[in-house]
Amino acid sequence: APRRELDDAMLERLEELLIQSDMGVETALRVTANIAEGRMGRKLSVPEIKDLLAGEISRIMEPVARPMPIYAKTPQVVLVVGVNGSGKTTTIGKLASQFREAGKSVVIAAGDTFRAAAVEQLQIWGDRAGVPVMTAPQGTDPASLAYDAMTKAQADGADLLLIDTAGRLQNRQDLMEELSKIVRVIRKKDPDAPHNTLLVLDATTGQNALSQVEIFRNIADVSGLVMTKLDGTARGGVLVALADRFGLPIHAIGVGEQIDDLAPFDPEEFARALTGAEGELA
Amino acid sequence: MFESLSDRLSGVFDRLTKQGALSDEDVKTALREVRVALLEADVSLAVARDFVAAVQDKATGQSVTKSITPGQQVVKIVHDELVSVLTGDSDPGKLKIDNAPAPILMVGLQGSGKTTTTAKLAKRLTERDGKRVLMASLDVNRPAAMEQLEILGRQIGVDTLPIVKGEDPVAIAKRAKTQASLGGYDVYMLDTAGRLHIDQELIAQAAAVRDAVNPRETLLVVDGLTGQDAVNVATEFDDKIGVSGVVLTRMDGDGRGGAALSMRKVTGKPIRFVGLGEKMDAIETFEAERIAGRILGM
Ligand SMILES: Nc1nc2c(ncn2[C@@H]2O[C@H](COP(=O)(O)OP(=O)(O)OP(=O)(O)O)[C@@H](O)[C@H]2O)c(=O)[nH]1
Ligand SMILES: Nc1nc2c(ncn2[C@@H]2O[C@H](COP(=O)(O)OP(=O)(O)OP(=O)(O)O)[C@@H](O)[C@H]2O)c(=O)[nH]1
Ligand SMILES: [K+]
Ligand SMILES: [Mg+2]
Ligand SMILES: [Mg+2]
Repeated sequence: APRRELDDAMLERLEELLIQSDMGVETALRVTANIAEGRMGRKLSVPEIKDLLAGEISRIMEPVARPMPIYAKTPQVVLVVGVNGSGKTTTIGKLASQFREAGKSVVIAAGDTFRAAAVEQLQIWGDRAGVPVMTAPQGTDPASLAYDAMTKAQADGADLLLIDTAGRLQNRQDLMEELSKIVRVIRKKDPDAPHNTLLVLDATTGQNALSQVEIFRNIADVSGLVMTKLDGTARGGVLVALADRFGLPIHAIGVGEQIDDLAPFDPEEFARALTGAEGELA
Repeated sequence: MFESLSDRLSGVFDRLTKQGALSDEDVKTALREVRVALLEADVSLAVARDFVAAVQDKATGQSVTKSITPGQQVVKIVHDELVSVLTGDSDPGKLKIDNAPAPILMVGLQGSGKTTTTAKLAKRLTERDGKRVLMASLDVNRPAAMEQLEILGRQIGVDTLPIVKGEDPVAIAKRAKTQASLGGYDVYMLDTAGRLHIDQELIAQAAAVRDAVNPRETLLVVDGLTGQDAVNVATEFDDKIGVSGVVLTRMDGDGRGGAALSMRKVTGKPIRFVGLGEKMDAIETFEAERIAGRILGM
């Protein structure tokens, strides 16, 4: 392959490639600066440059690529949170199915008591996964449903309790207060719960994901991330900025609407997809 | 979280004004800050690039360099240019829904807010414009999607097409058309399943629905928090299905909403409405001034 010099113009193009993945200007600058270090003026082929870039990104992402931890303690309580439409309910369906297949007994709580047909949607996912779904009528206080679900999961000796919540934008203080109430009530039943709080992020989201993580983490002690909709053309580059800034584990990625479309987060594959696709650089 | 353009520029120009006159190089530095501000607001790279070039022309023409408040001058030029792009050349007028029954087709990615927006618009058309509206869900994919629209219809007092399980989207669209004609409705709204712009099969299905009813308006519903992918989405939906307008949802969030500019630039289609919450009244007409200020963090 033809080689060209790693110069400022080339770096700018790499930066732009990364910005187009939603990595954000600051992180894109840092990543390109890292690969440029000690290499300015060297002649490199485009595949070599992309390898360097992908290598640097997977180096950043390696430490955060962690499956959701499973604890001996039962029921392990998993609270699923996020902004509207990010894919919380669907991800719960997929997770329930995976845990069931791994031989766990799972209970789902339909904690979105607000949105129209949210409960019906989750019931269908529960059927698909072969997992019971605890529901309450629309308008019920989600914290009280969570409390009842804890009681039932404990009584049934379930291994896992997955709690769905209504979508909420992180700048809505009233809704964030509702979320912290859910957490407080869960802790009344088990001071260590929720054992996992998963924040579900939509891959098409741009820089607002930073604010989502920051605020949801403050309010609900987010312990891990799931990024959905990576089957589209969005490349989820904001995850690199998030890894850089918050270091939260990324447990899984959503790659479709079917029950099996949940995959582990693979840093190398992610880095390759991020740098590869539309990368005519030369 | 991010600096406003004014803050960025005041940093650049504070240093410079002490030295007296500004050079073209100084203006270039300022424009780099403009570019970063746009990118942090999620304006697509290609759109940001063209936009900055346009601003550069104007800045040179208006001799920013001789201004005593160059920072403010640049912010004003950027703001005015943003408003002008977001507004477009011609007034799009009202939604084209005069010939009853007028079909409105709602399309977009998964979870963008189509179903909610369908109901919000139906309520608005009913209450403000005195239209008789029928809503139909063509979403045979997402669990309980049809029930969602039905429940919303009941909440807002707007009729929904009775659910018939097992029917395909084109058949449902045709039934909605018939029902709308026979029932004397002014408008019928077709809510569709979320689909990726690269999903050939589902995109073809939406095109088939379009061909079956010839929508008067096809509204692309887009999440206002969308990042760089906005251009891909807008281009594909417009090329393959043809959109007549855009609705930006979740503008009640704290996102900067740069996708608005990308959408407008790429499709050339008007942004009709913005969604400002989950409640059925949380929809407003698009105001270019407001969005421009927001993109710039003003
Ligand atoms: N293509 C694709 N679609 C997905 C993925 N995950 C979820 N979806 C779709 O995104 C839409 C929204 O998903 P939901 O699970 O309802 O999202 P939610 O976060 O529960 O939404 P609210 O409860 O309304 O806040 C649905 O149409 C899902 O089928 C994914 O990984 N890929
Ligand atoms: N905060 C806020 N939430 C919104 C807005 N519009 C829609 N939503 C929420 O976003 C989520 C998804 O909305 P839907 O209307 O179900 O989206 P959809 O595009 O029909 O989703 P699919 O049919 O799964 O593709 C729901 O929780 C809605 O309440 C808005 O303007 N602001
Ligand atoms: K992708
Ligand atoms: Mg949900
Ligand atoms: Mg829908």
